[in-house]
Amino acid sequence: MSTAYAQKNGFFAGLWDYLTTVDHKKIAILYLIAGGFFFLVGGIEAMLIRIQLIQPDNEFVSAGLYNQLLTMHGTTMIFLAAMPLIFTLMNIAVPLQIGARDVAFPFLNSLGFWLFFFGGVLLNCSWFMGGAPDAGWTAYAPLSTTSPGHGVDFYVMGLQISGAGTLIGGINFLVTIINMRAPGMTYMRMPLFTWSSLVTSVLILFAFPALTVGLFLMMFDRLFGANFFDPSMGGNHVIWEHLFWIFGHPEVYILVLPLFGLFSDIISTFSKKRLFGYSAMVFATVLIGFLGFMVWAHHMFTTGLGPVANSIFAIATMAIAVPTGIKIFNWLFTMWGGSIRMTVPMLWTVAFIPSFTLGGFGGVMLAAAAADYQYHDTYFVVAHFHYVIVGGVVFGLFAGLTYWWPKMFGTMLNEKMGKLAFWPFFFGFHLTFFIQHFLGLMGMPRRYWKFQPDQGLEIGNLVSTLGAFLMAIGTIIFLINVVITTIKGEKVSGDPWDARTLEWSIPSPPPFYNFTQTPLVRGLDALWVEKRHGNGKMTPAEPLGDIHMPNNSFIPFMMSLGLFIAGFGFIYQVDNSSYLILAVLGMAITLLSMFVRSVKDDLGYHIHKEDLEKGAGSE
Amino acid sequence: MSAEELKQLKPGQSPHEPEKATLEGKNKFLGFWFFLGGETVLFASLFGTYLALKDSNLDGKPAEELFGLELVFIMTMILLTSSLTSVYAIYHMKNLDFQKMQLWMGITVLLGLSFLGLEIFEFYEYVHHDGHTFTSSAFGSAFYTLVGFHGAHVAFGLLWIVTLMVRNARRGLNLYNAPKYYVASLYWHFIDVVWVFIFTVVYLMGKVG
Amino acid sequence: MARDTNSTSTEFYRKKNKEEMKYQLVTFAAMIVFTLVSFGLVIGEFHPMFTIPVIILLACVQVAFQLYYFMHMNHKGHGLPALFLYSGVFVAILTILAMVTIVWW
Repeated sequence: MSTAYAQKNGFFAGLWDYLTTVDHKKIAILYLIAGGFFFLVGGIEAMLIRIQLIQPDNEFVSAGLYNQLLTMHGTTMIFLAAMPLIFTLMNIAVPLQIGARDVAFPFLNSLGFWLFFFGGVLLNCSWFMGGAPDAGWTAYAPLSTTSPGHGVDFYVMGLQISGAGTLIGGINFLVTIINMRAPGMTYMRMPLFTWSSLVTSVLILFAFPALTVGLFLMMFDRLFGANFFDPSMGGNHVIWEHLFWIFGHPEVYILVLPLFGLFSDIISTFSKKRLFGYSAMVFATVLIGFLGFMVWAHHMFTTGLGPVANSIFAIATMAIAVPTGIKIFNWLFTMWGGSIRMTVPMLWTVAFIPSFTLGGFGGVMLAAAAADYQYHDTYFVVAHFHYVIVGGVVFGLFAGLTYWWPKMFGTMLNEKMGKLAFWPFFFGFHLTFFIQHFLGLMGMPRRYWKFQPDQGLEIGNLVSTLGAFLMAIGTIIFLINVVITTIKGEKVSGDPWDARTLEWSIPSPPPFYNFTQTPLVRGLDALWVEKRHGNGKMTPAEPLGDIHMPNNSFIPFMMSLGLFIAGFGFIYQVDNSSYLILAVLGMAITLLSMFVRSVKDDLGYHIHKEDLEKGAGSE
Repeated sequence: MSAEELKQLKPGQSPHEPEKATLEGKNKFLGFWFFLGGETVLFASLFGTYLALKDSNLDGKPAEELFGLELVFIMTMILLTSSLTSVYAIYHMKNLDFQKMQLWMGITVLLGLSFLGLEIFEFYEYVHHDGHTFTSSAFGSAFYTLVGFHGAHVAFGLLWIVTLMVRNARRGLNLYNAPKYYVASLYWHFIDVVWVFIFTVVYLMGKVG
Repeated sequence: MARDTNSTSTEFYRKKNKEEMKYQLVTFAAMIVFTLVSFGLVIGEFHPMFTIPVIILLACVQVAFQLYYFMHMNHKGHGLPALFLYSGVFVAILTILAMVTIVWW
């Protein structure tokens, strides 16, 4: 039994370990690799879009390819880059911040990752199989239902599979945060990142089912002859718009809320101060989550919902500025009078505050329904959502990855190079998107392949493209930093930032069972409390004893693989019904894997007390 | 802990809530309830779509001519009864009486099967006698999607419960499988909850017009 | 917790379960009655403005019975399930409301 957790060596053993792992820290790394890869793919797509728009009447890419690029840029960045990178942060930090040995459902954690991964791969297979989806990331009907070829089919199947993974991940984190907290870790002592992960998971739980249904309807329409979105058969386009945005608006809060939490932790750590207005921050997070469900129709102001509906949704949208404002001020007040260290995570955070606030201002402008008729579908909208998503989410991801890099890999990203990556990205970001507000106000429509000369749009677009190159340079420097840091591999202590929360009380990287003894939490910022009022170490809440650990499993991989295969079957049965065999085969693999999972007992194993004393699993 | 989880529980022993006696059980219990919260939104989206499209029957028969209430009434009674029988199963689980629990679960499965059979018969009639198909109009698409999603839930539930019953037939109740039975029964009740709204909103309101 | 065999507590819970089972049966009877009333109203062809609200109300009450008795939401330790279920119901109502009012054509 004691050999069960002995380290195996060799490439294939290592690969097998990652294919079967249920350890949240390794799953975080998987999410990082896959999400990072898709982030680069989405980035390349963005660069191609900007190169096409560098001058009027450009012929760099064809119109059809341009549509595919912009659709895949949006879809990839939201579903395949931002979501998994957020799951990276949640996986590495949430269990450690609440003093848990793992998530509530380690098996489902793995399943969530593999579903996302295969969904993303399926979606990107479209590039090599006759063309990517080209109906925009919102896939409005009838553009999407009448789009020729299989592009949109890949969109539907890919997002369906990866969306299921996200939903599973959301439920998993909910139960983890509610049930797995260490003794003394009350709700109001949880770090803000954990709090915002909790609220985000709630949003995932209630938002993703609407997308699931929307995608099913689209799939039935495109692949099985249903008529949901076909007006000639009594269908209605607006249904898709509603379903998509009932999911889609909470989705943007799903993206940004965890990073709000992260920024709160970072600001408090590097200002050496307790977070200003902790309970107000928690309240604001919950309120944003709640309001996030009542504003979706502000994406549809020009659809023709009527003045009553437009007014209601406009007011609800503007109301969101209030809790967001609470947050901005609390961050500022936390920094005020603190002893601030301008580390790389702090740099991204400080840059985030004005950048995101600008995005928020654009948001309030767009919320005014009457004025929105002017802004709708122009570059003003593009500028707005890139300000909140890049200025909020991407800045946050860079901050979070730098902040938790030592916890994930036991080594620090180089600070100098981190700053070197920050500045070009920061300036490039504002160059790219600030001017797009004005392009929009001048009437440049979004999603257009070309713009005409002599309309005053040349300079704006040129500046925007140059900015995009600066962002690319920043990203490349970040990647070089990652490579150099990994090669050097200098080990760091468990607490390199002199931080405040529980994850920093254990070694970097942590042993696979996280906490040898579950810690006793005595206040908000548990580790800081011990640093100030104790001996700097966590007091154990239990005597040293056997630790129960879950078994690795290959089943999640197989379940997801089955759906991946079935996806191809569903897509291609339109052309030739013999492809249905593939669908049946894929579903059979999935169902069989589920069957095996249900009939085979998975009791896990124990690490014995004696082995823990000898230091099993730690470096 | 883990090996102890497999120890067979017999009537007269503790705990009285075997489904929540372990951390895994507590996690399953909570996680499954959350899942049902998400399912609520899933079915709401389907109901919403149906309500938006229910009058788009084109040349096909409208709802009030199409639906017959006799079959729906029988199906409703069967599913409501199956909800009660699964309550009986959980009642016996709480008393740690495995044999009786299996018996009532078995009856639940039989009722579920007959419900599913009647539903298939109903769909068959619509398709072959009324020309009301998945592709004939937006009403058809919305109807079969909503009711079919529910039917698929029933079918999946049946597979799940049968698998549980067969897998554990010989080893009896323990702390490892008690949460699984409990969660399966929650799922079954939820299916019934959805059906209550289907017979009300789709069939009865369809009949009223 | 008490994993030992305590016969008095076992008896106690046995009785308690039995007591609860009575409520379950009452619940079931009520559900059947509600269903009969709903079908009866429709078959009796009362005015739709009367029938529709009443049968929707009956469905909601019936579902509440199902949730609180059959699914044990009346027991202790169901605070969070209730919170999440009602949150789901909230989103559900918004969704359906939108679909019946502002699906513009």
